Amino acid sequence: MRQSHLKIRHLEEYIVKVLMVLSLAVVVACAAFILFTILYKGLPALNWAMITQTSSGGYYLGQQGGILNAILGSIYLAGGGTLLALIPGIPLALFLHTDHHDSAWVKLVQLSLDTLTGIPSIVYGAFGFTIMVALRLRASLLAGIITLAFLELPILTRAINEVIRMVPEELEHASLGLGATVLETKIQVVVRQILPGLITAVQLAFGRAIGDAASVLFTAGYTDRIPVSLFQPVASLPLAVFYQMNTPFPAVQQRAYASALLLTLIVLVISLGSRLLSARLSRFIIK
Amino acid sequence: MENNRFTGPHVQIRHLDVYYDHQQTLKDINLDIPRNQITVILGPSGCGKTTLLKSINRFLDLSENVQISGQILVDGDDIYDPKIDVIELRKRIGLLAQRPYSLPMSIYDNVAYGMRLHHLCNNKNEMDQRIQHYLEEAGLWSEIKDRLHQPAVGLSVGQQQRLCLARGLAVEPEIILGDEITSALDPISAQHIEKRLLDLKKHYSIVIVTHILRQAKRLADHVIFMYLGEVVEQGPAHEVFNNPREQRTKAYMEGQF
Repeated sequence: MRQSHLKIRHLEEYIVKVLMVLSLAVVVACAAFILFTILYKGLPALNWAMITQTSSGGYYLGQQGGILNAILGSIYLAGGGTLLALIPGIPLALFLHTDHHDSAWVKLVQLSLDTLTGIPSIVYGAFGFTIMVALRLRASLLAGIITLAFLELPILTRAINEVIRMVPEELEHASLGLGATVLETKIQVVVRQILPGLITAVQLAFGRAIGDAASVLFTAGYTDRIPVSLFQPVASLPLAVFYQMNTPFPAVQQRAYASALLLTLIVLVISLGSRLLSARLSRFIIK
Repeated sequence: MENNRFTGPHVQIRHLDVYYDHQQTLKDINLDIPRNQITVILGPSGCGKTTLLKSINRFLDLSENVQISGQILVDGDDIYDPKIDVIELRKRIGLLAQRPYSLPMSIYDNVAYGMRLHHLCNNKNEMDQRIQHYLEEAGLWSEIKDRLHQPAVGLSVGQQQRLCLARGLAVEPEIILGDEITSALDPISAQHIEKRLLDLKKHYSIVIVTHILRQAKRLADHVIFMYLGEVVEQGPAHEVFNNPREQRTKAYMEGQF
């Protein structure tokens, strides 16, 4: 009796292990397949001109020039959106943590943030569009940045909030006990303690923003030029992929894969960079 | 604070009652803490020792649902008077926690932190000297002088407790409170800390909480014995240890609780 029971327990262990390895394989295979496709189709079209020149002949049909306008445009848009989202995001995350754990306000804010995270980005695009019209802006870098900031705010705040929750209460007490104010403690101790997590949160939000097409479709527009002011329309990599892919010409479609490859590379570089930085900074954090 | 002329007990507690969620944890506490001595608050776990300690630097304010009544006088001033500045009070009264929490910065910056908060020192050279001085006072300097700019979290727990001591001394307090400060440490580190306290009592009034009788005997000049939220007995160490007046004190000394 006990022997057979033991056998079943070992069998359970074995089945779960196999399931885990299979799931791992699915994830790795997906990533590898996507990477392989964009490398295989995009690499031939990738050349120096692609990343050093703006497009010529129109973004829809153009087979000459490059997509520097979209590369820079995407960095401006996602960078601007992330910075703008951080301005309310950090205080909001700190508020959610400070003293008010159980208040109805905190619960309402958290419910709102969770709902906002689940809303599709095309809705943010439409929302951004109405704001744009109300502010009498036209499709522009500024309108795109504002829309992306809305898209990023819930992701950023929730991610920062999760890191702040990990800060031990005793650490804050150590600072308060030395005669620091609550604000001094938050800024000089809590923020320093969460810095590595903050960088990961920023990287997540930035990654989401740079890859999003729908929210910038109506709000940022598209152009062959690099914008020189916040009020000019701006190109972006996801839309470059979208427009190029929609042309009837295989040569331009191939450029779409090259654009996708560049977008992936940018996200990869940013992830690696933030990991390195975050690892350096976490030497100081208190476990 | 020009209260140095005040010559009575450093801290006087009068009729202190503390309630957590309507449950009384301290009952009519009356006691005196003498100047430049080590006062040991002794008693079994859960008797309100830590609550008493945290009422002295107003750390109880940080918890919700706490009600406090009565008086705590430091140099004759009631610290629960609304005119008292809590920030200034906590600068005067340092607290060492049971488990040392270094701040997420370098060893140097940990000690500099409080000095910078209170603008105690604006000159880089003087800052370096003071940091060395406080690390020496805490008995840590010789071990870490070559890695001042390394993360504090890389130190051992015992070293971190001494760093916390140096960090506390650096804001120039008058009173040092310690809550079971050696209980997370290995015996050698604990010995280090005890030795430092014995040296430091020349300049500071020290109050420590412990449930270890032997530690109390090694350190105490003045003893307060607590049981179930009340002060059972207090007085000079030799009297309380050798001739306890109360039956409950005697029972604790004999290991009955």
